[in-house]
Amino acid sequence: MSGYRLGSGGALVDRDVPLSFTFDGKSLRGYSGDTVASALLASGIRVVGRSFKYHRPRGIFSCGPEEPNALLTIGEGGRAEPNARATTAELHDRLVAVSQNRWPSLDFDVMAVNGMLSPVFTAGFYYKTFMGPTRGAWHVYEHFIRRAAGMGAASGKPDPDRYEKSHMFCDVLVVGAGAAGLSAALAAARSGARVVLMDENAHPGGWLQATTGRINGLPALEWARATVAALRAFPNAVVMSRTTVYGYYDQNQLGAVERVTDHLSEKPAHLPRHRHWTIRATEVVLATGAIEQPVLVDGNDVPGVMLAGAVSRYAVGYGVAAGRRPVFFGGNDGVWEAALACADAGIAVAAVVDPRAQPPHDLAAACEAAGITARAGSAVVRIAGSKAVSAVEIAKVDAGGRITGQTETLAADICATSAGWMPAVHLHSQAGSRPVFDDERGIFLPGEPRERWRSAGACQGIFGLAACLADGESAGLAAAEAAGFTGEKAQVPATDDSREPAQPLHLRAVDSPRGDKAKIFIDQQHDVTAGDVILAHREGFRSVEHLKRYTTLGMATDQGKTSNVAGLSMMAALRGDSIAAVGTTTFRAPYTPVALGALGGREAGRHIRPLRRTPMHDWHVGNRAEMMPAGAWERPRVYYLPGETLEQAYVREARMVRQSVGIVDVSTLGKIDVQGPDAAAFLDRVYTNMFSTLAVGKARYGLMLRDDGMLFDDGTSWRLSETRYLMTTTTANAGPVMQWLEFLLATEWPDLKVHLTSVTDVWAGMALAGPNSRKVLERVAEGIDVSGEGLPHLGVREGVIAGRPGMVARLSFSGELAYEVYVPARFGLETWEALLEAGREFDIIPYGLEALGTLRIEKGHVAGAELDGRTTAADLGLGGLLSKKKDFIGKQMVSREGLVDASRLKLVGLVSREEQGIRIGSQIVRSSSRESPGPSIGHVTSNAYSPALGKYIALALVERGSEMHGQAVYAADPVRGRHVSVDVRDAHFFDPDGSRMHV
Amino acid sequence: MHIVCPFCGERSVAEFSYEGDATVERPALDASTEDWCAAVYDRVNPRGPHAEYWQHSFGCRAWLRVERDTLTHRISGVRLAGRHAGTAGPAGQGA
Repeated sequence: MSGYRLGSGGALVDRDVPLSFTFDGKSLRGYSGDTVASALLASGIRVVGRSFKYHRPRGIFSCGPEEPNALLTIGEGGRAEPNARATTAELHDRLVAVSQNRWPSLDFDVMAVNGMLSPVFTAGFYYKTFMGPTRGAWHVYEHFIRRAAGMGAASGKPDPDRYEKSHMFCDVLVVGAGAAGLSAALAAARSGARVVLMDENAHPGGWLQATTGRINGLPALEWARATVAALRAFPNAVVMSRTTVYGYYDQNQLGAVERVTDHLSEKPAHLPRHRHWTIRATEVVLATGAIEQPVLVDGNDVPGVMLAGAVSRYAVGYGVAAGRRPVFFGGNDGVWEAALACADAGIAVAAVVDPRAQPPHDLAAACEAAGITARAGSAVVRIAGSKAVSAVEIAKVDAGGRITGQTETLAADICATSAGWMPAVHLHSQAGSRPVFDDERGIFLPGEPRERWRSAGACQGIFGLAACLADGESAGLAAAEAAGFTGEKAQVPATDDSREPAQPLHLRAVDSPRGDKAKIFIDQQHDVTAGDVILAHREGFRSVEHLKRYTTLGMATDQGKTSNVAGLSMMAALRGDSIAAVGTTTFRAPYTPVALGALGGREAGRHIRPLRRTPMHDWHVGNRAEMMPAGAWERPRVYYLPGETLEQAYVREARMVRQSVGIVDVSTLGKIDVQGPDAAAFLDRVYTNMFSTLAVGKARYGLMLRDDGMLFDDGTSWRLSETRYLMTTTTANAGPVMQWLEFLLATEWPDLKVHLTSVTDVWAGMALAGPNSRKVLERVAEGIDVSGEGLPHLGVREGVIAGRPGMVARLSFSGELAYEVYVPARFGLETWEALLEAGREFDIIPYGLEALGTLRIEKGHVAGAELDGRTTAADLGLGGLLSKKKDFIGKQMVSREGLVDASRLKLVGLVSREEQGIRIGSQIVRSSSRESPGPSIGHVTSNAYSPALGKYIALALVERGSEMHGQAVYAADPVRGRHVSVDVRDAHFFDPDGSRMHV
Repeated sequence: MHIVCPFCGERSVAEFSYEGDATVERPALDASTEDWCAAVYDRVNPRGPHAEYWQHSFGCRAWLRVERDTLTHRISGVRLAGRHAGTAGPAGQGA
């Protein structure tokens, strides 16, 4: 172990449990309880990454979730997580951490040349360079820029971990287990309310982890642990650590992520990596604490520049010296306390520098006693060093940070700064309450609650241990009472913290002796400098929202937790306004990054949504079907014979249907049972064509339009009785059609007596198609005359099929003599098998979606690819189905100018003049030139090899297509390198007069 | 967000689907093209109180008219849309 681990102290680490880990391949040691950051510091590692834009070396800056610099890729293989904050990642044995955004190595990064070009890469550089007249340059440089400016890379491998989602309900949710949160949870739990306390850290205590104070006579951290134990003893209280409440949503719904296995070196198989919690809380206590802000100093991004509180927290909590000669600088008492805590832990503090002319005597005396140099009325005005702080320059300054005296140089390896603590009002703001700036105290405070929350402790500007404990107690009690419980005031724990802090000086930035040459970074993660803010102001981007977007200040993964306030206070100074007048940007969820896996939970991969299977699904799979997704369903694509290619398989299937007979599973079609005295009138309104005149026992093909006149869906409806129809829809639109019809009946035509029932899953459907289909059906149909006269085209009969009750409709999608057979779903498989058995002597074959598509394309029948939401009935040659005798939805809109324009894309057929297919998505062009295909006049929607024509064919939508029959054009597919010569023709390729189905 | 379904009681928004602006007056089927264009395309997009259609898709499938503030997401009333308009339904009052 290197010399940066202190000889004693470090209440969070267990020195009896050493751990080993690697950083950039180098083997290092740490202890159980360390974070990756504390272990790196203990190992003497200073540079942990390169910056986003200028590739400057960066070190660990903070000790918590606000960290802008120390982003590492942690884990290996599919578990490698980029941009993980070293300051919150818990160390475990054999952890693998790798630095980011450097090449070839962290120590020597060739891209650091960007730093020399920094005058070029200022705010707005990308816009100015690539969005103006030189826009084309973006295409040339994008790859280079994206590579150069970036952070960690995703592994590109599947995530091996499992995630869970869970829900939680409680009376009082307490967010944050610091002094105020613990106190609030205890007060609420005593009332009997169901209390949940969540904290993002592994250990409770929050800021208590960095304090040397005592509560009820115990060291603060021990009190925190005892309080958690006391809470756990309540049957009505739950304490969850490693759980970040990241979002506050409407009606007191909150989102939290529990990190279950990230801290374990062996991930138990039964545990999810993360568990997402959706919480419904009657009352919420926000005890989210405060985030320390840095002072902006020339050279403030050199590794070794840190937050003052972070340096003391590493010393007290982890027993780690961030450096051997730290200088502390800032205008508040916390800076002195941090320095004293470090000295107490055995660190040789070089100096405390306070811009206040008269810092508190007691602290100054304590420092003197500890041998620490103190400089009052002074500031650190420049930090020297490249890969580590080597010295600081100190000078007398006035209250505005302007240098008034000579500079003196002090050797130091750490410059710890503090401009005070900013309440963490993120969740408050997400809940709809804009933060309010308190000018006197220089902090943002939560606005008026719009949801049922109250604050406790530092997040509402209450600092100091005793005050936070008391505030938590009363907030917890008030929350429980607001949730309907009765509690009693209890004794607030006693502390040894009696001193009142002196008036701080809100110094956020100091001038540099180098003047304009100063390098001051405001947003270290996005490399936004003070110069960028000045530039934004000069160019008129003066509102905080513009400032943010123009400079990207606060838009990195840390969301500006340590940079927003500095940025907007600088803008306020430039504008001559107060911070209150400048305001702040809106805080949005998540508070800290959330893994997408946690939001997805188990709904990933095949479980992304429920999978629907037809009653014959297992038969298909067992008979060499390749299944493919079709909406929410899986359907057979083709049934392979051994050695067949996809094209050979579907061509064989389609050919067999035209030669003899085939059977296809059509159970997935949407089916709606429409019943009631007004069923006929209802269908007349929703279909473009007439259904009230349809005879009982007959089916009709119908079109539905949207309100705007575009095609919505098509299908057949069968009249089963005077008052009952069975409507079928396309597979994809089964849900939307049902919802649309329900809407119309509920809101538009409440007078119509119609009831709808979705029966999609009730019926198994199978279509028999081919010249021998009637002979097959005859063998299984009982009591149904299926002869040409007995069951004419579009006839529907109920009866017995293969011993089971069912329905037969003579409908043809393929253009062959064909029947659809519907039986109750539970009889689907046996009926399917009975039909196959009956068809054996005719060499019946099952066919899949590819053959189904081929057969319908040969007939020029449209499907989902043509009903794409942009086509009208007339575009597809179906204008004749728009009734002139009645009103229907969309009727008044189809005659709009743009919808009757002669140049609209019209459905045509294409025949390839070459021995190659016409790919879907190809653009129709007139030029034979592959290199300069010219403008598109249409596109290919469906394609197939047609066994009936012996050619590759396609359906396409082409400008003035109906006038182009007989012309030769080209189907251009430059992305996949095809340019196929095709003839335009009528879409009815095969048997245009329909003689084959009328037999 | 939670919506109080008049039939099912208070349920998570995940059970409902948003189905558009309930202040739009749908013209009769034979109304003019201009009227239909207005109904299909013209939307006010208010910042503040608004009336919306929601369907309890993963529940009783009732169509609801929900009075919701688009700024605060606060729901001030829920009732059945259309045919049952004005009736609160078995579960009583709105949100």
